[in-house]
Parts: sequence; C-alpha cells; structure tokens
Amino acid sequence: MSNRGANSSSALLQPSMQQRVGRVVLIAAALVFLAVFLLLPVAAVFTQAFSQGWAMYRDSIRQQDVLSALRLTGLVAVIAVPLNVLFGISASWAITRFEFHGKSLLITLIDVPLAVSPVVAGLMYVEVFGLHGWLGPWLSEHNLHIIFAVPGIVLATIFVTFPFVARELIPFMQAQGSDEEIAAVVLGANGWSVFWRVTLPNIKWALLYGTILAASRSIGEFGAVSVVSGHIRGLTTTLPLEVEMLYNEYNFTAAFAAASLLTLAAIVTLVLKKSIESATGVHQHGQEKESES
Amino acid sequence: MKSLYSRIKPFLIAVLALSVSAGYVHAQTHLLNVSYDPTREFYEEYNRLFAQHWKATTGQDVVINQSHGGSGKQARAVIDGLEADVVTLALAYDIDAIAQNGGLLDKDWQSKLPNNSTPYTSTIVLLVRKGNPQHIHDWDDLIRPGIKVITPNPKTSGGARWNYLAAWGYALHKSNNNEQGARDYMKKLFANVPVLDSGARGSTTTFVQRGVGDVLIAWENEALLALKEFGSDKFEIVVPSETILAEPPVAVVDSVARKHGTEKVARAYLEYLYSPEAQDLAARYFYRPRLKSVADRYAGVFPKVNTFTVLEGCGGWQNAQAKHFSDGGTFDQIYGK
Repeated sequence: MSNRGANSSSALLQPSMQQRVGRVVLIAAALVFLAVFLLLPVAAVFTQAFSQGWAMYRDSIRQQDVLSALRLTGLVAVIAVPLNVLFGISASWAITRFEFHGKSLLITLIDVPLAVSPVVAGLMYVEVFGLHGWLGPWLSEHNLHIIFAVPGIVLATIFVTFPFVARELIPFMQAQGSDEEIAAVVLGANGWSVFWRVTLPNIKWALLYGTILAASRSIGEFGAVSVVSGHIRGLTTTLPLEVEMLYNEYNFTAAFAAASLLTLAAIVTLVLKKSIESATGVHQHGQEKESES
Repeated sequence: MKSLYSRIKPFLIAVLALSVSAGYVHAQTHLLNVSYDPTREFYEEYNRLFAQHWKATTGQDVVINQSHGGSGKQARAVIDGLEADVVTLALAYDIDAIAQNGGLLDKDWQSKLPNNSTPYTSTIVLLVRKGNPQHIHDWDDLIRPGIKVITPNPKTSGGARWNYLAAWGYALHKSNNNEQGARDYMKKLFANVPVLDSGARGSTTTFVQRGVGDVLIAWENEALLALKEFGSDKFEIVVPSETILAEPPVAVVDSVARKHGTEKVARAYLEYLYSPEAQDLAARYFYRPRLKSVADRYAGVFPKVNTFTVLEGCGGWQNAQAKHFSDGGTFDQIYGK
C-alpha cells in the first residue's frame, strides 16, 4: 500500500472508483450494523419508556419499588467500587513494582471473574454462605445475613467487577516504570508520600478510567446478583432485577422507564470514558507518557 | 499531608450509617412471603388487606415483603437460606422439598390448614388466538400435525408440571389407563412445542407478547389475566373436556418464623386467606375461591370444569415427581428422543 502510494501519490489523493465503492460499502456496513444492533434497541427503550407520555414516565420512576432499587444499586456501587479501587491499586502496585513468587498466578487470578460466568459466581457464594454451605450454619446461628441480603449482593458485585481497575492499571504502570518513585525514595520520601505525591498523580487518569468501567459494570450486573438476591421487592432487588420483574408483570412502560435509567447511566459512562481518553490519551497505554515527561 | 484515615473517614462513616439504617429496618415486625411468579399482583393487594386486618385486630403494624420467581427456584432459595416466614408456592412438591432437604418445617405441613393448605385453586386451560383459527377444542387437537403448542419446561417450572400432568391424566383416561397410550400422546404433544420457557410467566409472554404459537397451555388465572391485560378481542380461553385441579399450597416455615418470633402473625397471615374478604380478592385475581358463597358470586368468571386431582391422576406429587420429572423420567424419555 505505502509502496504504491509512494509511486503515484495522486492515486492516493484520488482513490480509484473501486476503492471508493469499497470504502462506501464498508462504512455503510458498519453503520447499518451499529444502527440495527445498537441504536435501534436504545431507541426502542426510550420509545417504550415514553410511550404513555412524560407524566407516566415520571410516575413509573417515582414508584417506591423503583426508587428503592435505584438506592440499592447506588449503595452497592458505592461500596463495591472503592473496595475494588483499593484492591486494584494494591494488586497493580505489587505486580508492577515488586518481584515475588506466584506473581503470574496472581495476574491469572485477577482475570478469573472475566472467565467465569456471573451465574456461577453467584452460585459459588450460595455454596459458601448458603444455609447448607460451609459458613451457613455458623452465620445462621449468629443471625448474620450474607446471601439473600445486601452483603451478598455487594460480594457478588465485587467479584464480577474486580478485574477492571487492576486490568487498567497494570499495563499502564508497567509502561511507566518506577524511575520517579525510586527518585522520590532516594530524596527521602516515605512510602505514603511516594504514593500520594508521585504514584497517584501519575496513574490518576488510568485509575479513573478503570473506576468508571467498574462502576458501570456494578450498576448493570444481573446474573450474579440475581442468584444471591432472593428477589425481595424493595429490599434486595437492584435496578436490573427490577426491570425484569416489571416486565414480567406486564408493566412494560415502567420496565422500560427503569431500563432507560440504566441506559442513561451507560451513556454517561461512555461520555466520561471518551472525554478521559481524549483529554489524556490514557488508552494508548503509556505512549503519551513520553511526550508528557 | 493528610493521613489515609482522614481521607477515607467520610466514606467509612457513610458505609457505617447505611449499614446501621439497613439493620434498623429489621426491628419492626416483618413477614417475608416467598411465592411464585403469577401471584405477584394478588399478594401485593392481599398484603395491604392483611396489614389492615392485623392492625384492626391486634393494634400492631406488620410489613409484608414478597419475593417471586419460578416455584422450584424459590424453594431452592428457601432451602439455601432465604428466610421466608411463609411460602406460597405453585405445588406441594416444592414445599415438601423444603421440609425434606432443609428440615425447616414439619413433614405433615399440608394438614395444618384447611383444604390441604390450599386456600384457592386454579385449573389448566388452553388459550388460543381470537376466533380460534386452528379449531382447538380439546387436548386431542394439540397433537395434530402443525399445531404449535406453548408450555414451559416442567423441569424448572411448577406451572409446567401442572400442564404436563393435566395432559397426562387426560391421555391416560382416554386410552383406558394404558400407560403406553398416554406416553404416545405426550410424545406427540411435546413434538409440537417449539420453545420451552423456564417459567409460566415466560411462556405467557412468548405466546401473548411475542405472538409465537397457536395455543398456550396455562394456569386459568394466567389466561384470565392475559385476557384482562391484552384485551379479550385478541385471545379466547378454551376449557378442555377434562383437566387437573391445580392446588397451589401455602405453609408457615416453622423454624424461620420461630427464629424471627413471627409464628403467630405468619399463621394468621395464611389463615386470613380463607376469610370471605381474601377469598373475594383471590377471585378478583382469577384464583378459584374455596369458599362456596364467594365461588357462587364469581360463577360467571369461572366456567364449570371437569377436574381430577394429582392424587387421582398420578398418585400424588411424590409419585408424579419420581415418575415423570426426575432425571430419566417420562419427560426425559419423551422429550429427549
């Protein structure tokens, strides 16, 4: 291609008929694909949600059950995401800054939640914390509720979201190297100030990016949460579960109204993600680092 | 330099406050009713009715939470530790399973309330598209070549087991109790089923909303609800010449209620289902009331049907389960080949 372009640069500027047709066909195919599989369903969600007018939409969202599902979804994200940020930072710090036995095992283990079906993840927690599971009898004796209660939903959500932050940080921190941190230590900084003043400012965009991905997954998670939730209306149903319930109740407008909230959350995530990417080029892992420093 | 603790303190406080407030909710009298899919609308209304009744008779407030899903799945959740004070499931077998596997209630639970612990009943009917274009009038019409029958998977759905046993009972009578004849019928029937949904409500949505199939085998209450929600100008109900009396039972989960200290209110919750007010409510949500005076009032809604019970048709749930729905049972034999 570059060869040909060097020979006849005019051919590049004015592509042949064949090339032009090829390009149009490819672009059209991509656009049609996007329209059918992405835009159409999103449009359908909003059309259905507003099919009985704005007032009905507002009332659907203001229903007690939808509000408590919204609250629970928020609570779960507020607990699960910071814990995963903590875990993600420690894991990637350990992996990229130190040599130790079992490092490759740790890297593999971080990917487990991506490989395991969320339903299986939920069932694992039932096996551990269920009444007939390993810890179940003890928990029941002490009147502690893990599964079929909020803690189980939080656990399942942490499980499915824990690769996101670490997966973002590890390649980024690997590319960055530890020169600046070593310099700080040489200059007499202690561990905490190295972290707060050197490492964190360097990784903040990648961290934010991973956090957003984890948050959006935790808001949308259905499978694992469905297994451990117990589906108690108003107490243990998250927004995705509430959508399914409303749909099963023939309450289509309310189901799609609740679904539109999830869609909006996804759109906000996309916009945030995109703006971080364009502001910092975070996603060209480490490449922008050189131009920065 | 702020310490780590001072940085995360606001977050810790927020988490603490939320967990305390979550714990506080459990301080009031709460009942958890774990039920199956099609009863959502009924129990939502009944919970209000009972809370009023309880307040009027005892002066206490009671908040009733409900959980719905496939009957078998719900029983499984209770066995695994979902702390239901009462269960109101689709079939006695699922409550038996809780008694056997979990030991959470007595094995003779079904004798503790009147009418085999079933305050309302239903039956299995056929829902067809308006005008009955395929001329479906009885079970025999379902095995005609080319007829598409919608029914859920009896392995996962309680409703589907009632459907299955209704068809089986009919086929057995029709072939003069010759089991091979009944098997042949069931084999042809399931050959006509294009999709097996996992639950009764899923099948209803497939037939009604997605427009798949010529006939839906359904709970009568589901069929009547579909007529109400989607219009009787779109569907009609066909009552077969013979069908099963579906008895969805209720029970207090003794050990959970004892632990919660809710034995009294849980029992009252179920007993009140037999009251005229609750029976009337059940009828409005298309369950056949047990109370004769209420049943008479709704005679126009519920046509006369010729029914047999699980005991008469299949020798009870334990037998039916072992014979038809266990691994390698008749359903596997019919559907696998």
